[in-house]
Amino acid sequence: MTSEVATIARKASSPVLGRFTPKPRPEPRPRLPSAGAPELVLVQPEAERRGGLPRPLRRAIGPVLLVALWHLLSVTGVLSPAVLAGPATVLTSAASLWATGELQDAILASLGRAASGLLIGGTIGVTLAVISGLFRLGEDLIDSTVQMLRTVPNIALIPLFIIWFGIGEAPKIALIALATAFPLYLNVYAGIRNVDQSLVEAARTLGLSRAAMIRHVILPGALPNALVGLRYSLGVAWLALVFGEQVNATAGVGYLMNNAREFFQTDVIVVCLAVYALLGLIVDFIVRLLERLLLSWRPAFSGA
Amino acid sequence: MTVSDTGDLAVRVRGLTRRFGDRAVIDDLDIDIRTGEFVALVGASGCGKSTLLRILADLDHGIDGEVRVPRRRAVAFQAPRLMPWKPVWRNVTLGLPGGDPRRRAEAALAEVGLSHRADVWPKVLSGGEAQRASLARALVRDPDLLLLDEPFGALDALTRIKAQHLVAELWQRRRCAVLLVTHDVEEALLLADRVLVMRDGVIAHAVPVTLERPRRLDDPLFAELRSELLGWLGVGEDIAGRRAA
Repeated sequence: MTSEVATIARKASSPVLGRFTPKPRPEPRPRLPSAGAPELVLVQPEAERRGGLPRPLRRAIGPVLLVALWHLLSVTGVLSPAVLAGPATVLTSAASLWATGELQDAILASLGRAASGLLIGGTIGVTLAVISGLFRLGEDLIDSTVQMLRTVPNIALIPLFIIWFGIGEAPKIALIALATAFPLYLNVYAGIRNVDQSLVEAARTLGLSRAAMIRHVILPGALPNALVGLRYSLGVAWLALVFGEQVNATAGVGYLMNNAREFFQTDVIVVCLAVYALLGLIVDFIVRLLERLLLSWRPAFSGA
Repeated sequence: MTVSDTGDLAVRVRGLTRRFGDRAVIDDLDIDIRTGEFVALVGASGCGKSTLLRILADLDHGIDGEVRVPRRRAVAFQAPRLMPWKPVWRNVTLGLPGGDPRRRAEAALAEVGLSHRADVWPKVLSGGEAQRASLARALVRDPDLLLLDEPFGALDALTRIKAQHLVAELWQRRRCAVLLVTHDVEEALLLADRVLVMRDGVIAHAVPVTLERPRRLDDPLFAELRSELLGWLGVGEDIAGRRAA
């Protein structure tokens, strides 16, 4: 007895189980392919997993690579300046356009058009969507009409708009308004109709009046969709702007571009395209910011 | 719904029928709940107990018969149903008439032990916390009738026990009439003055629970009532016994 205790004490570091099976097992059991302890994998915390570059920098990689490729093709002469001016030339002409003040004026004129078109189109789209989303009568009167008009390609309306509104600012703004109204209408309407019925029911048991229900439950519930609509609308606003400014404009980025085409100034054309792209990027950034502010309550998947 | 003299009743239902298509989910049902009485309604899935609660909550109007409920009533559902776009305290006071909402929300949240969560979004609450917030939202209305639709059904076992204690405590303080819909016989016996068994669209059986509070699961009378109720629910004594063991 005492000797046994002593044995245990001496072998304290080895597994005690060993004492009951003095003979080693002849062979490991071949029953399962992964018999014994499974291989353990370290679960990395998120901070370590997100190694490398910070996200804003990572986002910039794609565009930077594209410009680098473009530059390479230009300096090696693969892209002739008559086809597409290189980034260096584009930068210098942008700088000179900025110095003369032409570029700023053009951007301001274009932004003004886009903003007023969006304001008018957005107001119309959201108002119609709220009416047809909230009331069945509104849906019956509005929805089929909007769905019908939506399928008319609005670029095809430019000739009509010129006849109706002349060749001034009005047809351009009307075109943008028309283009932006539909995405907002569709998304706000869908947002209202997709509000969680169980929340509406809960709100009813809390004694909310119809107006309070719309304000506190239905409109906030439709907000995520409305912001998707806004993003979409901003995209098509730009598109409509480009088309609108091809028609007899005397100011704006499109006017600058048309002029450049007359004189085969591909560098200026590219400057204008870059301006459109940059404005689009800035606006998208603003909407993202808006989403983060207005939808901070939302438990949503934000990408892996 | 018109106001009439119904003595000390908080709920009076006579000849209530609710049909979905040809099937009568509730079939000529009578029920009375006295003011301040805690009634539990048990029954198998699909027996119409939730439909009855929805009718009492004025959410289902396709009914025949007479239904009288107090003007001030509140509901806590199985899912907390908090508005995700409102912070917790604004959820509590949503639709609440009268001034000083912040103070009243804080008082109600303190009552359910959730003061420290007043300003957060509902998405960060745990299941039990969200359910307590939903309870605070019901209580802040100072209801004469509180309708609980399986409010502990989605909680884990430990949280459920705590939530049941909380409800018992709140009811003893407030003394409003309560209708608790549940499929858990033990929960019904722990909390209610009277347990009603619903079957085939009517109240098939009523068991007054005279056990003293706080109640204990190991009380012999508790076990007796439990097997009686399980019998009425069509769960045989042998099955019930095995579950207890």
